[in-house]
Amino acid sequence: MNQKVEFEVEEEEEERSRIPISERPEWADVRPLPQDDGPNPVVPIAYSDEFSETMDFFRAVYLADERSARALELTQEAIFLNSGNYTVWQFRRLILEALSVDLREELEFIDQIAKNNTKNYQIWHHRRWVAEKLGSNVASNELQFTGEIFSQDAKNYHAWSHRQWVLQTLGGWDDELAYCDELLQNDIFNNSAWNQRYFVVTKSPRLGGLEVTRDSEVAYAIKAILTKPENESPWRYLRGLYKNDVNSIANDPRVASVCVDVLTNEKECAHALNMVLDLLCNHYQPSIELKNAIDALSDNSDLELAKKVCSVLQLVDPMRANYWEWRKTTVPARD
Amino acid sequence: MAKMTASKTQEEQWMVQNQVFRIYDLVYRLPPHAQSVNFELRRDDHIEYLTRSLTQLGPNFTVLDANRPWLCYWIIHSIALLGDCVDDNLESDAIDFLRRCQDPNGGYGGGPGQMPHLATTYAAINALLTLGGHKSLSSINREKLYSFLLRMKDTSGGFRMHDGGEVDVRACYTAISVASVLNILDERLTQNVGDYIISCQTYEGGISGEPGAEAHGGYTFCGLAAMVLINEVHRLDLPGLINWVVFRQGIECGFQGRTNKLVDGCYSFWQGGVAAIIQRLHLMIKEQLGLSSTFKFDCITESDDDSSDTDREKPMLEGLNNNGYNFIKGSKGMRPLFNSMALQQYILLCTQEEAGFRDKPGKRRDHYHTCYVLSGLSVCHHCNVKEAETPPLPKDVMGPYSNLLEPVHPLYNIVLDKYYEAHEFFARL
Repeated sequence: MNQKVEFEVEEEEEERSRIPISERPEWADVRPLPQDDGPNPVVPIAYSDEFSETMDFFRAVYLADERSARALELTQEAIFLNSGNYTVWQFRRLILEALSVDLREELEFIDQIAKNNTKNYQIWHHRRWVAEKLGSNVASNELQFTGEIFSQDAKNYHAWSHRQWVLQTLGGWDDELAYCDELLQNDIFNNSAWNQRYFVVTKSPRLGGLEVTRDSEVAYAIKAILTKPENESPWRYLRGLYKNDVNSIANDPRVASVCVDVLTNEKECAHALNMVLDLLCNHYQPSIELKNAIDALSDNSDLELAKKVCSVLQLVDPMRANYWEWRKTTVPARD
Repeated sequence: MAKMTASKTQEEQWMVQNQVFRIYDLVYRLPPHAQSVNFELRRDDHIEYLTRSLTQLGPNFTVLDANRPWLCYWIIHSIALLGDCVDDNLESDAIDFLRRCQDPNGGYGGGPGQMPHLATTYAAINALLTLGGHKSLSSINREKLYSFLLRMKDTSGGFRMHDGGEVDVRACYTAISVASVLNILDERLTQNVGDYIISCQTYEGGISGEPGAEAHGGYTFCGLAAMVLINEVHRLDLPGLINWVVFRQGIECGFQGRTNKLVDGCYSFWQGGVAAIIQRLHLMIKEQLGLSSTFKFDCITESDDDSSDTDREKPMLEGLNNNGYNFIKGSKGMRPLFNSMALQQYILLCTQEEAGFRDKPGKRRDHYHTCYVLSGLSVCHHCNVKEAETPPLPKDVMGPYSNLLEPVHPLYNIVLDKYYEAHEFFARL
């Protein structure tokens, strides 16, 4: 899925002085193998001569399972022409293993192509494979590499997955919470950084898990909410801190209180109302302040509070009117 | 905590939403006739663009040389959604080409001679099923495909994309989807795959590509559809997932893929498809919410006076492989929870080009976006009818009723008629 990423890869226009493979003495013994496209192929691509020739030679060595230095060289040329060809990458791994190549050089090779192809599954998978073989020595290098990617594209999905894999497999947790904070300072709307923060506070062996970190994280999220109440990320983060423990979210007075604070200033904040609704559906006994805040928004005095919140949401958040109408029908009966 | 100046996320968001609002403003200021032209689906032009691509692609498509079955599926599925089909010669050429992508040991690669890959296998199977007919359906080597799928099974319960490839939720979905539609799904394939997908549902409610990563529209579709197909969807937190997905539809009227990211036409299907699947999970959702069975649910009321009778007569087939069939034969117990009209407006006014569709204004058309924008538009058209085969009412279709697209099976994203044909064909094998 998400193949669209492969469209966004920019082609390299640079003209290189290239000797055709068929004219290179070291390839004289190999017969290139053309693609078996059939007489009338569909989706035929108008390949350049260079691409066709390179792939014809690649097919020949791949089929012969030739794990040699020249084959390794050839995979590099093929990858430069189309870094999305997973067959080439996989064969390259087999050759790297067979020749016991120094994988630090391989990491440099990936650096060269990765920076122009940051949304390519194959490159990231290859990078993970190399980093795993090199072990914990490269942890900081890998964290730094993803950091460079984030300085250009702070939400790069593959880079975040790679970073999480590095932390879990190779280590390097020490500064991760501070790093998340730094990214959030730059852009408090960066949901990927919030997600990473959640990953760290739940998974870092340094921090002792959510039981230990929850209290300070609630404070962190609330502070962010009060700065920009329209920012959905900290609201979801706050709710996430009580995942699998829905009763305690209703028992933490800070949660209801931030909702009241926000609604006092921004009556139409759908995220605050969404949270209030969750609290009420989880048997939260509403405070006078909260009741008053909701009553101030709705003149429909007959309804019970949770349904009243739904009615308000239908008006202030018309994009989701169907959803709020449905939520009204799912409010649990009062105990 | 945050700086006083706008952050990068805000700046990019404002730029896109202003561009979108300018388009809406422009169109709604036009006189009625000129306005209505903008809401017309340029069907013939789309079909021409798609058909031409099937026979000819320029050198800049080299970056997709390992995705040619995807190109086939995006194009052939789009043409089918538009109610057309390719001519006999082209159909025969497509079957022949995909046969050359089929590995002797099962599965399909990105082109002839490439290693088999789960994503291109899914694309090839869906393309062949959409072409339909005996020649196409019988070209699939199911026995070998089954052993390929089994070989891709990882110890985590998930699947890997290819020999030595990555394990993620896409791989789980594409493996389960093809096994299900070809009637070769069994316990060996489904074992622990549910555990893997559950571990990818994030604190936000959506599903990520790998455990720990960020909730994402594409993976949420994959995870949810796979869980329905293996009959384990009750293990997901459905109310949480629903809340996340409805919030992905933004002020621009289209869907974004993740929280605080930009709108993109392709999520019309990934997120819209999730919303469509949800409509048929009403019983499960009711149970998770702890609502009693006598609870009167928010059923569709406009067009279904005899709904309770038809419900009872649905054939319920036994076994894993019938989950997809029983799903589509069951009726929708819930109205759509997303805003279908808003999404149609975004699609028609912001993603439609002279021919083909794009991500958002300022981007260029491509086959991927054409496929998933059209799939999302089809979901919009058919989301208000209770039974899969019932034609929608004119008010469900934005623009002229001639905009109406063919319905899809939302778990596989195959046009419904073609799905039924394939289901019947493989049920006998």
